[in-house]
Amino acid sequence: MPMIEIKDVSKWYGSFQVLTNCTTNVEKGEVIVVCGPSGSGKSTLIKVVNALEPFQEGNIVVDGIKVNDPKTNLPKLRARVGMVFQHFELFPHLTITQNLTLGQIKVLGRTPEEAKTRGLKYLNRVGLIEQKDKFPGQLSGGQQQRVAIARALSMDPICMLFDEPTSALDPEMINEVLDVMVGLAKEGMTMMVVTHEMGFANKVANRVIFMDRGQIVEDATKADFFGKPRSERAQQFLAKILHH
Amino acid sequence: MGGFDFNVIERSIGYLFREGMTFTLTLTGLAALGGIIFGTLLAMMRLSSHKWLSLPATGYVNLMRSIPLIGSPTPIQVGAVASSVITFTLFEAAYYSEIMRAGIQSIPRGQVWAGYALGLDYWQTMAKVVLPQAFRNMIPILLTQTIILFQDTSLVYVLSITDFLGAASKIAQRDGRLVEMYLFAALVYFLMSFTLSYIVKILQQKIAIIR
Repeated sequence: MPMIEIKDVSKWYGSFQVLTNCTTNVEKGEVIVVCGPSGSGKSTLIKVVNALEPFQEGNIVVDGIKVNDPKTNLPKLRARVGMVFQHFELFPHLTITQNLTLGQIKVLGRTPEEAKTRGLKYLNRVGLIEQKDKFPGQLSGGQQQRVAIARALSMDPICMLFDEPTSALDPEMINEVLDVMVGLAKEGMTMMVVTHEMGFANKVANRVIFMDRGQIVEDATKADFFGKPRSERAQQFLAKILHH
Repeated sequence: MGGFDFNVIERSIGYLFREGMTFTLTLTGLAALGGIIFGTLLAMMRLSSHKWLSLPATGYVNLMRSIPLIGSPTPIQVGAVASSVITFTLFEAAYYSEIMRAGIQSIPRGQVWAGYALGLDYWQTMAKVVLPQAFRNMIPILLTQTIILFQDTSLVYVLSITDFLGAASKIAQRDGRLVEMYLFAALVYFLMSFTLSYIVKILQQKIAIIR
C-alpha cells in the first residue's frame, strides 16, 4: 500500500480548473520531486494531500485514510503529515521553543517537558539549538526554514510535504536548508517536495513529477526524467532551468 | 451674579472622582472587555464560510452601527447600571467586531495553514495562532475605539446614573455654577482622552518596530 495515493484528482477555483485528473503514488521511503512552471498547480497538488485545499473530484488516501471522506478526522491525519511552507510560517508571536512544542502539547498531548526535550533534539539536529529562546523575526530566512523543518519533525510525521521550501530564500541560504532535507531523505523519510532545485532532485529523488497547466505531464524515475524526458514541455523546462 | 467661582471644583473634586469617574471608568472597562469578547466572536462568525453564521452576524453589526447609541434597545429589564453595561457592550461589540475582523484578515493565510498542518483544529488555530497576532496588531485601533467609548459613556445621563458628567452636573445645579463645572468636566475628558491618544501613538510606533 502506498503512503500517499493520489487518484484522478481534479480541482476548480470557480470555473477555473487548477488540477486535471492528477494520479500518482508515493511509496514508503520514497522521495518525489514535483516541478513545473509557476501556475502549473504543483503547490495546489501538495496542499490537497493534507486537505489544506479542498478538491472536487478523485480520491486521496494517506496511510490508508481517505482524505476526502467527510468522516475523516482531518486534524488527526494532518498531525501525522509534516509540512514545510515556502514562507516558513513560523508563529511570530512565539519563541522558537514554543513554536516547536505547540503542536506536540495541543495535538499529541505531550507534557511541556516531553515536548521541549523532543523539540530541542530536532532543533539541535538542524544546528540551531542556541537560538531556542529567540523569536522567529530575529532569525535569517534559512534559519527560520530549518526551524520549520524541526517543528514538523517534532510531531514524528510518517511523511513530509515540502512546498517550495527554498524559493523565498536568498541564494546563500538555500544550501543550509537543502542539506537538512538531503539528510532526511537519506534516513528514509517519505518525502514529497515541490521545488525547482534540480540538484536536490538529482541527488536524492526517486522519481520526478513534471506538471503543466494542472496536469501531471511526466512521472518518471530520476534517470529517465533527466536523461530523456518524453514530453516536449518537460524538455523545454529542463533546458531553461539547467542553463540559466 | 458675581464673577466665576472656581472654588466649587475644589470643594467637590473628591465626590466627582470617587463617585463619578469611578463609575465612568468601570463602565468603560466592562463594556470594552465585553465588547471585545463578543465582537471577536461576531468577527469569527462573519468570516465563517457558513452562511447561517455569517449572515446573522453581518445583520447584527450593520444594524447596531446604523442606530444611535441612545436609541439602542436593552433586551432585558434590569437596573440602570446593569442596563448601561449591557447596552454599551452590545453596541460597542459591533464596532470592535469590525476591528477584529480586519485584524484576523491581516494574518496571512499561511499562518492558518501552518496551524492546521500541525494538526490544530479551528478553535486551537484561532486561540493560539490567529487571535493573539490579530489582537496585537489591532491594539492601537482597539484603544482608539475605547477612547470613543469612554467619551460616549457620558450618555448614561439619560438613565440618571451618576457618572463623571452626571456628578459634575449635580454639583453644577446645586451650587448654580454651571459654566465652571462644565468647563472643568470638559477639561478632564479632554486631558484623559488626549493622554490615551498619545499612548496609542507611542504603541503604534512600537508595534511598527516589532514588525
